[in-house]
Amino acid sequence: MNVVLSRRDKEKKSRTRLFIEAGVIVALMILTMVVLPLVLEDFRLKLVGRFLAMAIVALGIDLIWGYTGLLSLGHGIFFALGGYAFAMYLNLQLPEGEMPEFFMLYGVEKLPIFWEPFRSLPFTLIAMVVIPGIIAGILGYLVFRNRIKGVYFSIITQAALLVFFNFFNGQQKLINGTNGLKTDSSFFFGQRVGEPSTQLIFYEITIVCVLLVYLLCRWLTSGRFGRLLIAIRDDETRVRFTGYDPTWFKVVVFAISGAIAGISGALYTVQSGIITPNFMEVSFSIEMVIAVAVGGRGTLSGAILGTILVNAVRTYLSESFPEIWLFFQGALFLIVVTVLPDGIVGWVKDVLLVQIRRLTGRDHPLTYPAIAEDPVIQSEKEQLTKDEV
Amino acid sequence: MTELLIGIFNGVSIGSVLLLSALGLAIVFGLMGVINLAHGELMMLGAYTTFVVQNVFRSFGEPWFNLYILFAIPIAFLVTAAVGFGLERGVIRFLYGRPLETLLATWGVSLILQQFVRSVNWAIIFGVILFLFKDVLRWVFLKLLAIASLDKPSVRNWGQKLTIPVATVLSLGLIFAVNATKNEFLTKAWFSARNVDVTAPGWLQGGVSFGTVQLPYSRIFIIVLTLICLAGMYWFINKSNWGLRIRSVTQNREMSSCLGIPTAKVDALTFALGSGLAGIAGVAITLLGSVGPNTGQNYIVDAFMVVVVGGVGNLLGTILAALGIGVVNYLVGSGTFVTLFTSMQVPQFLLDIATFFATTSMAKVMSFAIIIAFLQFRPAGLFPPKGRTAEL
Repeated sequence: MNVVLSRRDKEKKSRTRLFIEAGVIVALMILTMVVLPLVLEDFRLKLVGRFLAMAIVALGIDLIWGYTGLLSLGHGIFFALGGYAFAMYLNLQLPEGEMPEFFMLYGVEKLPIFWEPFRSLPFTLIAMVVIPGIIAGILGYLVFRNRIKGVYFSIITQAALLVFFNFFNGQQKLINGTNGLKTDSSFFFGQRVGEPSTQLIFYEITIVCVLLVYLLCRWLTSGRFGRLLIAIRDDETRVRFTGYDPTWFKVVVFAISGAIAGISGALYTVQSGIITPNFMEVSFSIEMVIAVAVGGRGTLSGAILGTILVNAVRTYLSESFPEIWLFFQGALFLIVVTVLPDGIVGWVKDVLLVQIRRLTGRDHPLTYPAIAEDPVIQSEKEQLTKDEV
Repeated sequence: MTELLIGIFNGVSIGSVLLLSALGLAIVFGLMGVINLAHGELMMLGAYTTFVVQNVFRSFGEPWFNLYILFAIPIAFLVTAAVGFGLERGVIRFLYGRPLETLLATWGVSLILQQFVRSVNWAIIFGVILFLFKDVLRWVFLKLLAIASLDKPSVRNWGQKLTIPVATVLSLGLIFAVNATKNEFLTKAWFSARNVDVTAPGWLQGGVSFGTVQLPYSRIFIIVLTLICLAGMYWFINKSNWGLRIRSVTQNREMSSCLGIPTAKVDALTFALGSGLAGIAGVAITLLGSVGPNTGQNYIVDAFMVVVVGGVGNLLGTILAALGIGVVNYLVGSGTFVTLFTSMQVPQFLLDIATFFATTSMAKVMSFAIIIAFLQFRPAGLFPPKGRTAEL
């Protein structure tokens, strides 16, 4: 009887937690969607929108690094692919038969055939998610199939990033090379993309996307699939011996993560007004990773928090002390890795909250939490003490 | 045919720079499983050391100036080895068993080194010196406390904990204070963000001529330098006592430790050695062009690919991989294949493919594709480490 009651207790507890989480999310949504546009000037709001777009790719990186233990240094590829897909769609909003101007500069007569479908919005929306996902899937399959992992995987993704960077830089005739694609002066449903009103729409879309991707990642990481990811991170060999094939899980999660990066790249591009191959610089991709580490990997809220925090500090420092920014960033890498391995969220959870509870006397340190909190053992213990009396 | 030979020669000379830089990386990776993303910046430091040595020797006058590069090699080796040693003792040894975190930490170090080269001046040097002597400061502080009879274990404990934060704050304060003096001599950046040029000594300019073909002396010098370094490494790894220890720790760290090999010392020594080799590679790249704070980045990813293809724990694998990647990159990128195919009347599509890839950046695309294809057959590189293990 006791036991059944406590299970209900547990369910109740988790339900309250869920309510709290939902409440926090709703509050944050109201804050970002309604309050911030009223308070901030256009330029700052655009910045916030870009940070939020980066938060989406951070969620994807958290999925593969925080949960699956694969450190990808090549997410810039998928980010830029999504960005290029959407930017090309915007550039192609022209009367039938015309081509974007830059093509003429290189003497291209006809639109390259693979850009043709990007005239339609539904295709573009699907492509900017699916193409990065497929490329990530192929790369992941070729690497994971051979059980290449750890640092090998990291440096192969980095090399892949450099290769894509070189490729995009070198292909003037296909994608305008180093100049990249500009989006500000193009039109989206008859609205100029650079206008503040259009930008506001993209800002709101970004927030909705953050929410959707957050929910997706939460769903992925909470069930059986999520537990398998964590198992792969902690002991892949054992997962293999238990009868699972980690390869496919890794490929799938890497592809999902790439697709998420694609969404993020599209939203980021449209809010910065341009996409160039520089989005695939080595440092940009590592910055995405470190932002996740600062927030706390293995926690989805940490990924979002860390990205916004790091980017805000970055904007502030590079505006006021450009020389210090690199020193600061380097120090950030060192500090996060040595002193704060679980990031800010991990630190709050493991150190700060525990300390506060202890100081307020609400929590006693437990030697074996699993035993002390198990209702069955507790009820037996009570029974035993009763019997003794 | 001569085209091809020249192409191979140039490819080999590029490959030998790659080899120099990948050699240190491979040894460190084999020993500790650590990829050092700051390796390229160590090369860059080596190149800047060469620049400084050159300027010093220029003031000595003509006969000495010609020999500066021979002095630059050991000096660059020592400087970068010292930096590498500090890096290992200060950061990396706390991160063993966490290779991915080490990767990020070394990236942080590389950012710091890049900005350091851009903005280094006497103020920063003073700050760094102050930071390096933090233990002396703590010792003095504790002595003073002892005189004031406040020397309790708890105080000592806090002294340990607070040393690094306090030293950091003090050093930063010193740097800002000196910079605030606006003294021209103290606050002028030594190198600034611009690239610096190293003039090759007279005897390295020009080249050997074979008929119409000229092989530059500087490239021959690089190849010879690489050969000497290889021979030195071979001797050190295979014949010396410390080399024996390095090999044993590479094979089985726990067992070596049980047999009394000081693994911590072996790690620090190997890391310093690998970094020193990066310094020598830095001397070599000054002969190929001007050097800037970002120079290291250009070589580093190729060097990683050499490690991936070559496998760990085998010098021969590294050599073959470096030369292979260098030659393929050069032959494809310089368009040697295009001229070759045009003269050989091959099918049109082959010619088209060769033309498509005939730029430096597209050659990298090609060689990456080849590497990924290669890894499908030999996932652990050319010469995988032997042993019984469920892990690859």
